[in-house]
Amino acid sequence: MNVPVKSLFDRLGGANAVNTAVDIFYRKVLSDDRVAPFFDNVDMDRQIPKQKAFLTMAFGGPNNYTGLDMRKGHKHLVARGLNDSHVDAIIELLGKTLKELGVPDSDIAEVAAIANSVRNDVLDR
Amino acid sequence: MSAHIGYGNAQFEARSDESVLDCLTRNGVSVPHACRSGVCQSCLMHADEGQIPEAAQKDLQPAYKKQDMFLACQCRPEGDMRVSLPEHGLLDIHAIVSAKEMLNHNVMRVRLLTPTPYECEPGQYITLLNADGLARSYSVANNPDADHFIELHVRLFKDGAMSAFLAGANLGDSLIVRGPAGKCFYVAEGQRDYPLMLAGTGTGLAPLYGILRAALAQGHTGPIHLFHGVISEGDLYLDRALQDLAAQHSNLLYTPCVLNGTDGKGYFAGEIETAVMTAVPAEKDSARLFLCGAPEFVNGMRRKAFLAGLSSKHIFADPFLPAKPVAIAA
Repeated sequence: MNVPVKSLFDRLGGANAVNTAVDIFYRKVLSDDRVAPFFDNVDMDRQIPKQKAFLTMAFGGPNNYTGLDMRKGHKHLVARGLNDSHVDAIIELLGKTLKELGVPDSDIAEVAAIANSVRNDVLDR
Repeated sequence: MSAHIGYGNAQFEARSDESVLDCLTRNGVSVPHACRSGVCQSCLMHADEGQIPEAAQKDLQPAYKKQDMFLACQCRPEGDMRVSLPEHGLLDIHAIVSAKEMLNHNVMRVRLLTPTPYECEPGQYITLLNADGLARSYSVANNPDADHFIELHVRLFKDGAMSAFLAGANLGDSLIVRGPAGKCFYVAEGQRDYPLMLAGTGTGLAPLYGILRAALAQGHTGPIHLFHGVISEGDLYLDRALQDLAAQHSNLLYTPCVLNGTDGKGYFAGEIETAVMTAVPAEKDSARLFLCGAPEFVNGMRRKAFLAGLSSKHIFADPFLPAKPVAIAA
């Protein structure tokens, strides 16, 4: 009998994993001097749903992200100096979050690759 | 691709990215409004024709949505619309001022009687409208359904239009109540043993007082810690009542925080943030934190508490937004 291969999103634990990871991830972001300044005047209430949407996408889950959304959503940050080093930092913090949750390195690499795939849209180039 | 907005017999052209509220006021139409941030619901309007953008109905009560109501300040039309002001009586409740009492030098307790028991959760807010169309939001400080009146704590501002109106109002005067709205209220969720922290500045005490009494009435067994932050000693209010309440309930702690206070006077002398942070309970996964008051306090405190380990879904906050006049562009 063939056992269907579970998708990345299912292996990570689906929506429950997103809900568990979001606080750990966002806490790391707000505590990291490299990226925290971009979130200084951001309303946490509005930011948590956005972070969940991002994690869902990065975890390979269902999402409605388009390249255009990514460009529009980050344009004001690019104007404030958002660059490759910040995207690197976010992917690093994402990896640390998953490591803490006991996710295997191979899955972390897959998540990092998905997050990396929107780099050019985020940086508007 | 600008949209046309029909109102009465007139037709206006909305500028790109202009809200219905801005477009109407720019053209001299008087629409009640206050926060212009989609919170107070003062600018509630009815869509007679046309598509209501999703953002204009976000967080509106389902009953309002069903009746094609929307918030004019959040409505950037995606096509032509015909709009009208809601008729009073359809959604609004007439209330009369039944009691007024100064709680300290600038906070007035106002009680309003409604024709039928007013259903709302303590901690939610309502919007008051007077006959002139003046609108302001206030947190409900009690459980109106059980008490048969609505209690508000109104801070009297020197140039405050609504507070001046209320200060001058006579018992028996009538007002319109709209609402309630807000998600900052106590939900027992089956279990009542989690630590509950309530922190507010100024009249941010009002909703917390309501939440506190609801939690006690519903038999909350976990520790409850109430913090009230003020600038000077004279700004404290309901201090005696809260001291008494804490004496009656072994699980209730009350910490008044006076920014310009002096040590050894029975309160915490210093910033309320400091007092709250030193009291964060060990049960960080289950503890709930309610925040009310000045936006700088609420937003800063929320971030600090979250970084200290409290779960984002357990931090509830309704920042008090100031009324913003409409900037009329030339």
